[in-house]
Amino acid sequence: MKLRRDVFQAIADPTRRAILVLVASQAMTAGAIASNFDTARPTVSKHLQILTECELLQQEQNGREIFYHLNLKKIKEIADFIEPFRKMWDDRFNKLENIMQQYKSKK
Amino acid sequence: MELKTKIHAEDGKQEITITREFDLPVELLFKAYAEPEIVEQWMGTKVVKLENRKHGSWQFQTSDAAGKVVFEANGTIHEFVPEQRFTRTFEMENAPFGIQLEFFDFEKLTDNTSKLTMHIVYKSVAARDQMLQIGFAQGLNMAHNRLQTIVDKLK
Repeated sequence: MKLRRDVFQAIADPTRRAILVLVASQAMTAGAIASNFDTARPTVSKHLQILTECELLQQEQNGREIFYHLNLKKIKEIADFIEPFRKMWDDRFNKLENIMQQYKSKK
Repeated sequence: MELKTKIHAEDGKQEITITREFDLPVELLFKAYAEPEIVEQWMGTKVVKLENRKHGSWQFQTSDAAGKVVFEANGTIHEFVPEQRFTRTFEMENAPFGIQLEFFDFEKLTDNTSKLTMHIVYKSVAARDQMLQIGFAQGLNMAHNRLQTIVDKLK
């Protein structure tokens, strides 16, 4: 029986999140992904396997090469697609607000 | 808690709109974008150049702890009306994302509150969707880092 991978466990690992960030910008081969990390190639392969098993990544055959890309459908399942993006901006704006409120009170 | 930031991204369009209301007078909100030393504080980046005028240009650079440059962005300023609006282009260097056009509108709501509207136009629908994906992944990363910080404090 194939072990069912937990999506949240998959994204709890910093290297796997870094892989998702990389692949988000463009579909990449395993070799191209691995070249971005100091980690040994088999370790990166293992991470790719986990991300693929939990369907966060999808494989696409292009000639003799296999490209990995994000599976948006799955990502939408974990969270509303835009939500983390929105949170990122909200945090940034909160910081702006805090800094300027202190700026105001200094005057 | 409800987020104060709203993002509007319609399917099949090559643009997004980000809006946010601030508990700040509009002068201070605008200042946070116009003064290099303040931009550096909240954006967490070094402001190499920020020429707030028509035909002006801007350049930001972020380095990691070891001094290695990890992020570089630049653009041209096309319009700059203090405390009202500015328009600029945005390009992330060494990245395949293309150039985007950004309209920033600053609006006074009350004496102590204001609203920012960022309207970003991308080269194509695909380019926009790609930026949303990257934003998703980065947001995910930041959420985890925050969680990690909280968890570390509990230890």
